[in-house]
Amino acid sequence: MATAAPERTVKAGWWESFYQGLTYRGYEGHWAWIFHRVTGLGVLLFLTLHIVDIFLLTLGPGVFNSLLALYKAPAARILDVFLLFGVLFHAVNGLRIVIIDFWPHATRAHKAIFWAEVAVFLIVFVPSALVLLAPLFGWGGGAQS
Amino acid sequence: MRPSSAERASSGSFELFAWLFMRISGVILLGMAVFHLFYMHFVFGVERMNFNTIGARWQNPLWRVFDFFLLAFALFHGFNGLRVVLDDYLSQRPGWRVLAKTLVFVLVVGLMSIGGYVIFTFPAAANLAAVP
Ligand code: HEM
Ligand code: HEM
Repeated sequence: MATAAPERTVKAGWWESFYQGLTYRGYEGHWAWIFHRVTGLGVLLFLTLHIVDIFLLTLGPGVFNSLLALYKAPAARILDVFLLFGVLFHAVNGLRIVIIDFWPHATRAHKAIFWAEVAVFLIVFVPSALVLLAPLFGWGGGAQS
Repeated sequence: MRPSSAERASSGSFELFAWLFMRISGVILLGMAVFHLFYMHFVFGVERMNFNTIGARWQNPLWRVFDFFLLAFALFHGFNGLRVVLDDYLSQRPGWRVLAKTLVFVLVVGLMSIGGYVIFTFPAAANLAAVP
């Protein structure tokens, strides 16, 4: 429930409320909103698996270490990049939401704030993703993970 | 940032609290989750990760406390977010909504229990050698 939202009522079925969601605020914010929702749910799915995988420590080193091979497989790096994308986008965009909700003046600069968000996201995401993927291309070097 | 259902708009102080909680926990997670992710990849290193190295990290109780707060904030933030999403898409289907929210509740209790259990019962240094 954003500060401005309470008057809105959703009377329709899930498809129409989904559609309203898609069209809510028809500027950059609406794509940001869809991405925020999708990345939030994606990271939550990962978190659920992650809590289960860490719980497997209770099965002892034998089982746990052999299952960890999944995290160390080359393909896992690609999934890692998706996770990084999801967490970073959701985090930076979430910060934008908080700033705008608590500091209404910022609404006037919403476009600038949005593009600042995109810039911060790219500056952190692109180099990190390259470091994660480097070993797949045999670039070696800095990647230690 | 998102449309609210008629139900949520009229359900008073709990929703206000939830709204505030999402923002506060979000800012906390911005520090904790992003730090954890980067630390695990670029400092600790996924290659080095195994039963013993994780156990060694947990010999420092501060990491256990850190992991516990990360667990609690991420879990409640994420599942409260899911609850909101369910309200949005199931606003016209009360039966499914109750079922879905019940399942979510059970999942949160279960994940919080197993997550907290492993953080605080993992053997301390003295007992680690004895783990089969
Ligand atoms: C692929 C990236 C990640 C790796 C390799 C990783 C690795 C680990 C490891 C090794 C632990 C064991 C505890 C420790 O050593 O401190 C752990 C615990 C934990 N991680 Fe991650 N992590 C990742 C991403 C994340 C993300 C994105 C989140 C938040 C959404 C997260 C939340 C947690 C939580 C809550 C715990 C405690 C688990 C429990 O109580 O069972 N992790 N992680
Ligand atoms: C890293 C820092 C994070 C920040 C700054 C953040 C911020 C936010 C904010 C402000 C909202 C409320 C949006 C609204 O009311 O319109 C939100 C929603 C949500 N967050 Fe996060 N969050 C973070 C991490 C996470 C993590 C780790 C997860 C998953 C475990 C997650 C899952 C969700 C979900 C599922 C929603 C609901 C999405 C929706 O209603 O469309 N978030 N987040």
